[in-house]
Formats: sequence, structure tokens, C-alpha cells
Amino acid sequence: MASRQFATFEVAEQLFGVEVHTVQEVLSYSEYTPVPLAPPAIGGLFNLRGQVIAAVDLRVQLGMARKALEGQVMNVILRGDGEPVSLVVDRIGEVVDLDDDTFEPPPDTLSGPTRDLVVGTFKLDGRLMLALDVNAAVDTLRVTT
Amino acid sequence: MEDLGEIVGEFLMESHENLDQIDRDLVELEQDPNSRDLISRIFRSIHTIKGTSGFLAFSRLEKLAHAGESLLSKLRDGVMPVTPTTITTLLATIDGVRSILAAIEETQAEGDVDIDTIIAQVNAQMNAGEEAPAAAPAPAAEAEAPEPLAEVPARVAPDPVDNQRKPIGEILVETGAAQASDVGSALAQQIEGDERKLGTILLDEGKAQPAAVSEALQAQTPKRSIADSAIRVDVDLLDTLMNMVGELVLARNQLVRGVMETGDATLVRSAQRLGMITSELQEGIMKTRMQPIEHIWSKLPRVVRDLSQSLGKQVQLVMQGKETELDRSLLEAVKDPLTHLVRNAVDHGIENPDQRIATGKGPEGTLTLRAYHEGGHVAVEVADDGAGLNVERIAQKAVENGLLRPDQIPNMDRRDIMAMVFQPGFSTAAKVTNVSGRGVGMDVVKTNIENIGGAVSVDSKPGEGTVWRLTIPLTLAIIQALTVDCGDQRYVIPQVAVLELVFIDGQSTKIEYASGAPVYRLRGKLLPLVRLDRALGLDVGGDQGVYIMVLQADGRRFGLVVDRVLNTEEVVVKALNSRFKDIGLYAGATIMGDGKVGLILDVSSLARRSHLTADAERQNLEASSRAAGAGGSGERLLVTAVGERRVAIPLDTVTRLEEFPRERIEHAGSREVVQYRGQILPLVRLSHLLGAYGEEPEGDTVSVVVYSEGARSVALVVDRIVDIAENSTTARRDAEEDGLVGTAVIQQRVTELLDVRRAILAADPNFYTDLENDELLVEA
Repeated sequence: MASRQFATFEVAEQLFGVEVHTVQEVLSYSEYTPVPLAPPAIGGLFNLRGQVIAAVDLRVQLGMARKALEGQVMNVILRGDGEPVSLVVDRIGEVVDLDDDTFEPPPDTLSGPTRDLVVGTFKLDGRLMLALDVNAAVDTLRVTT
Repeated sequence: MEDLGEIVGEFLMESHENLDQIDRDLVELEQDPNSRDLISRIFRSIHTIKGTSGFLAFSRLEKLAHAGESLLSKLRDGVMPVTPTTITTLLATIDGVRSILAAIEETQAEGDVDIDTIIAQVNAQMNAGEEAPAAAPAPAAEAEAPEPLAEVPARVAPDPVDNQRKPIGEILVETGAAQASDVGSALAQQIEGDERKLGTILLDEGKAQPAAVSEALQAQTPKRSIADSAIRVDVDLLDTLMNMVGELVLARNQLVRGVMETGDATLVRSAQRLGMITSELQEGIMKTRMQPIEHIWSKLPRVVRDLSQSLGKQVQLVMQGKETELDRSLLEAVKDPLTHLVRNAVDHGIENPDQRIATGKGPEGTLTLRAYHEGGHVAVEVADDGAGLNVERIAQKAVENGLLRPDQIPNMDRRDIMAMVFQPGFSTAAKVTNVSGRGVGMDVVKTNIENIGGAVSVDSKPGEGTVWRLTIPLTLAIIQALTVDCGDQRYVIPQVAVLELVFIDGQSTKIEYASGAPVYRLRGKLLPLVRLDRALGLDVGGDQGVYIMVLQADGRRFGLVVDRVLNTEEVVVKALNSRFKDIGLYAGATIMGDGKVGLILDVSSLARRSHLTADAERQNLEASSRAAGAGGSGERLLVTAVGERRVAIPLDTVTRLEEFPRERIEHAGSREVVQYRGQILPLVRLSHLLGAYGEEPEGDTVSVVVYSEGARSVALVVDRIVDIAENSTTARRDAEEDGLVGTAVIQQRVTELLDVRRAILAADPNFYTDLENDELLVEA
């Protein structure tokens, strides 16, 4: 049975996942530099071992109010297209092995910005995990409706 | 298979280097046709390419290289003379080799580069040189014919190094640094069981100077050959190292700070030592990225040769300061502007031989490339001894293009007039050649150089020549910068843009407002101000206890209001993610001393955001030149505000922009008029014409757009001049409204396009009737 590994995390009590190979690392960080006039989904910039990384607030991308970047905030750093980019999330979950037969396309009832970011649903024990389209999730120029 | 890929890669790199060298050598050979050294060197290089391509089974490449080699062997053996035609043929052969190499690099195969034509050309050359008109040449397929070549080995094996190292004692005695008897006794001691080295014994006994001994030791180690002393390194690797060293510097700073607090003397010493080593390491890594400017100059002899030949000119290229080093990334950025300047100098700077002789110069012009260090910069000059720039013509052209007013010219410095050639769309070439004269280029040169924080200038003496001068920072990666506070955030401003700092206490120094626009009286002159907090869309703070940074960018001066100026430091510039490009306010980011990310402000774009001031016209022109430089070929529009509406007027119909004091407006009949340059200038208020009745704008002056044709002028009154924009019409719609020709979206705002003819007729119904007799330029 074909299976894939997903790194999971929570945003507003919902479990999301991205394929493990798209993740560079996960870390918590507390010092962000705001970028005035930047797209609203940009939470700020931070220094990852000398590299300047943009932190994309997944809440804003999902159409919610932005997260206050105070104290330690969890970042899922994605390899990105050429340069790493971070997704700001609430909590980090585990890495899970998921069989392809637990996968289903997103439910028709799912709408709004979330629908644009989600490629499918995985049925886990007791809860659902939404698989994110990594490129759409970090696309801050996307028009959020 | 992987190994083969690596071999091919190495072959490509090596061959490219060889080809560049051959290019240079061929051009040199043309100057000095009898140099057997040069011929042999070219021969060897081609032979190496041929040999390796044969080994790698690139048969077409081998065949082409072989043809070139055959021709060269004739030159070498003195059977044929070196003529410009043979050089051209050989250069064509080299170009052929280059295209095949490019094909190999791209597709791993030789591709279908046409080598037969080149080979036929080479053969024709050989036959022409060899056979006198007597017998008909043998059939064309005799690429094999001139085969008997002395086979030079593809790679010369390095001379076996003299393995027998000279004893150090012998060296010391030979150089007179030690007495033979002392060395003898020292040797005797060693034999008796003294385990110290000979040099040490001599030193300990004071029989030799330390310097002499170390010199002798160096002489003892065999010299490394060039091949052994240089290695190729991947640039990405260097960049990574550079980043890591940057991190190391930060870590060191934190460590040193922490250690200082503990006050432990031993730790402090170790930390200081670590600091020193880190600095040296940083310097060393920086050096690895430096390359001599020769790298980009090496292609120029060929450029000059080909160009001067096609133009029938004689040009000698002189290069001074080849070894001057620049950061790699900067070299890349300078390459194209430099090539353009060189082409321009050959095309326009240096005259034809006839003209040169007529003006008493030698037929051959000299083009000098000069590079040298100056302050923290590298200066690169392209100098020709040609006719020089025609200042009058430039001035005239600038007036024609609306860049200058005729009355400005007499007061202008010659150099300022010459600098007009850097304006977009400016070319004084009487004739457009395929080389230059299209008016594109000089502005691109300027933009490219300014993009890397450099500057361009030109100076010229009539009849003596022109000097183009590029001033380039040593490195892009590290800049001197000022850190400032604005709100609760810290920003970084490149120091090159900063002219001075002024503290505003609200008493002796204060910010004033000219109808809402903040200004500061800097030594009696008004300096337009930009509030950084406002520009960044943050909460706007007070006017007291703040600093004004007087900045200069794009030739304009303005003041940036910030809360606090902290210090100057060297910062390492990091490129900012593409998602921030659209904001346009940031030139990059950097990691600051505390490890946080700081944004580097783009001073030019801040300047662009500073609004129009009393000297509106000059700024408009600059804005228009930028618009033209950045955009395409769309028409340029003057955007004005009329009430709540934006109205655009084609810039080429505008003669002047003026501000008239309100009290100067007089009435003649039902019309408003102004006395202007000895004429009566009829005014038409666009707000009335377009029915945009709104509040009368405040202020003591009115802004007008003057339109003239022949001896007649009219003035269109607008509320405000907003900007000059390129009309790259995204959406355009014909208007039903009177007085307009349509609407368009300009700068994301709906803008109405004025029907100029209609507006003019409203001001002066007879405007066109006088003209129409002799001029039918204006359509009904």
C-alpha cells in the first residue's frame, strides 16, 4: 500500500499537514521584524542562521485575523521554491504515515480561502487532517476573498 | 558515466578560458604579425582543444579545430603571411568552436552548428595563400592535406621537480647569511646527537639572523607551479562560506559582550583572540570573491577590433590597471555598461582616419581603459582621444526633447549639460547605426551602475576626447549604513545617500508646513521633507525631538524625518524575498548586531514618494525621465488634479508648467488672462470646462499648464500637478463627456484624458485660425 509521510500542525484547532519532504525544519522563534506595507499575510522577517526568512501567517491565509507575534511562535520552515519560507502555526503535531486510501478530496461543503489552500482530506483516527497545497499556502500575493 | 560528465565539464571550462585567450592573442597578432611566440601560443591552445575533443569523441569540434590548426601551422611556418583576412577567418573558426561548446554545454551533444562553411573559408584562405594563380587548387576536401604537423603533446608534463632539496646549511652559506665554519660545527653537533634542527642550532648560538634562516627555509621548499597553487571553487560554496562567516561575526559579537560582563581576564583574552581571527577570516573570504577587472576586459579587444574594422576606423586599445580587483557580483553588473561605453566610444568618440588627419591627429585613435582604487571605490574610465562631445548640440537636443528650457542653458555648467546624455531617449548621433545612436544605452548604463550603488560621469574637451567614468563600490555585500529608529522599529539607510543630519528641537530648528507639505529651511533653502512613519504607513509621530536626514538620490535632495539616529555600522546586505519587491521601499535586509532582521530602505524610491515642491518643473522632468526609463514606449502624460478628478494631458503638447500668483490674474471681457512674457495669456479653468465644480484650492498661487504654438499661447488652470506617468493603457474607454477624449487607468486610478484642442479653443477661439494658413498639423 502506497503511503506518504506528513508533518502535521494545528491552526485554530484544525489539523493541517504538509508532506515531510517539503519541510526544512520546525522551530520556535520570538523576534520578528514587521515589514510595513507588506501583504497582510506577512507576519514579519526573522533571522535563521544568517538567512532572512519571511514568516507567513497561516491564519491570515485562511481568512482569519492575524496572529499576534508575541513570545515564542512556532514556525514550520518550508524549503520553498529556491528560498525557505516559514508558516506561522499554533502548535506542532506529529509526523504521521498515511495510506493513500485514507485520502479524499476536500468536502464540497468546504469553501472560502481554506478551500483554495487544501488539496485533500486524510481521515485519521478520531480527527481529520487537511493536506495543504504548499505553494498556495505561502503565496502572499494571492487575493484572499 | 558521471565521471565523463565531469571530464566534459572541465573540458568546457578550460576551453572557454583558452578561447578567450586565443581571442586576445589573435587581436594582438594582428598588431604584431611577426610574433612567433603568439602564433605558437595560439597553435598550442587550439591543439589542446582539438586533442581533448578527439578524446571525448566530439568529431565535428575536432574537425573544426583541426582546420584552424592547419591554417595556423602555415602562419607558423611562414608559408603564409598574417593578414587581417586570415585573422578574421581564424576568429570565425574560434566563434564556431565556441558555438559547438555552447551546444555541448546545453545538450551534451555537438548540435548542428554549421562548421562546413567555416572550414571551406579556412581552406580557401590556405589555397589562396599557398597556390599562386598558376594551377587550379585541389578539390575542396583536403582538410587532411596540410597534415604533417609536428605533434605537440596536448599537455606538457610538468618538469620533474628537483627532488633533492638543497641542504639549508648550503643555502645559508651561499647567501652569506652564515659562516661555513659555523654550519660545519652545527652539523658536527647534530652528528653527536643534538636533535635540534640545523637552523635552530645556528639561531640559538646566534650564528645567523632569524630572517635569513626563514628566507633560506622558503628557498628550500620548491616553488609550486601555477597549476598547483590555484584551484577552481564553486561560487555557491563561497557564498555559503560568506554567509557563515557573517553568522560567525554575529556569534562573536554576542560572545564578546557576554564575556565582558563576566570580567574573567582569561576568557576576555580568548574572546578578543577569537574576534581577531574572525575578522581576518571575514576579510579572507571577502578576498576570495574578488576578481581582477581583467576578467571582463578580456573580451573588449575583440569587440574593439571587430567594430573598428566594420566602421573603417583605426583604434588602438590600451588597458591600464587590469589587476584592479572587484567583487564578483559587481564585475558581472559592470560588464554590459562597460561594453556599451566601449562600443559607443569606437562608434561616436573616435573619428574616421580622414577626419583625424584633417584635424591634425594621427589616423589611429586611442581608446584607454583605466581602472584604479580611489577611496572606498574603484574607478573605471573609458577614455578616447576623439572629437569630444558637442556641448551645444547636446543643449539644443535637450531643449528639443523638453528636458531643459532655453533660458537655463547659459547658466549651466558644461558638465551638467553633458550629463544630459544619460537621460532616457537622448541621442545626438546624426545617424542611427546598428551600433549606437538609438538613444538607448546611456540611460541604461546609468541605471545599471546606480543599481549597484555606483555613479557615472562624463567629461570631454572639444577636439581632445571624452572620458566616461564609472565609480563602483568595492563590494555589494557589505555597505556602510546608518541605523535609525522610527516608531518602535529600526531601519537601515545606506550611508552613501546621507548628506547631513539635523536635529529638530522645535525651538531653533523646526519643521514648517507649506500648505500641508512639510519643509525645513536648510541654510535658507527649503528642503522638502518625507516622514518615514507616514511613508511606511505607520502612526505619525510629532515634529519635535526628531531628526532630519538630508538625503540625495536620483539627483534630488530631500529630508527624511526619523525619530532617532543611532549609529553607523557596516552591514551585510541580504537580498529580500521576491514577495517584497512590489512594495518598492526596501533595498534589502540585514542581520543587525542583536541578531534581529533590519530592513534596508531604498532611498531612491523614498525620494520618488516625496511630493512635488515649488520647483515642480524640474522634478516633473525627473519623474518623466524615470517613467520613460522604466516603462516602454507608451506616451507620457502629465497627470493633474481638477477637483476630485484626475485629468491627464499628453506631455508632448505641454510647453511649460507655471505657478502664477492669484493677484496676477486679470479680466479681459469675460475671460481671465495673465501677463506673461510680454504677452496676454488667456486662461481656461479646467474645472469650469469639465464641470468639476468643487472647492477652490487654497494657496496664493494657481498651477497652470502652458500650451504654445507659433506665437500664441494659452494656459490651462489645474488645481494641482500630480505626476508624470507613462500611459501603458490597461483600460481605456471613450468618454461621452464633452472636453475629454476618453478615460484610462493610470497608476491604478481612473484618469480622464483631456481633449487638448477643445480646451485650447475654449480659452482662445482664434488659436488655430491664424496657424491654419501655413500649417495643417492639427487635425480637426
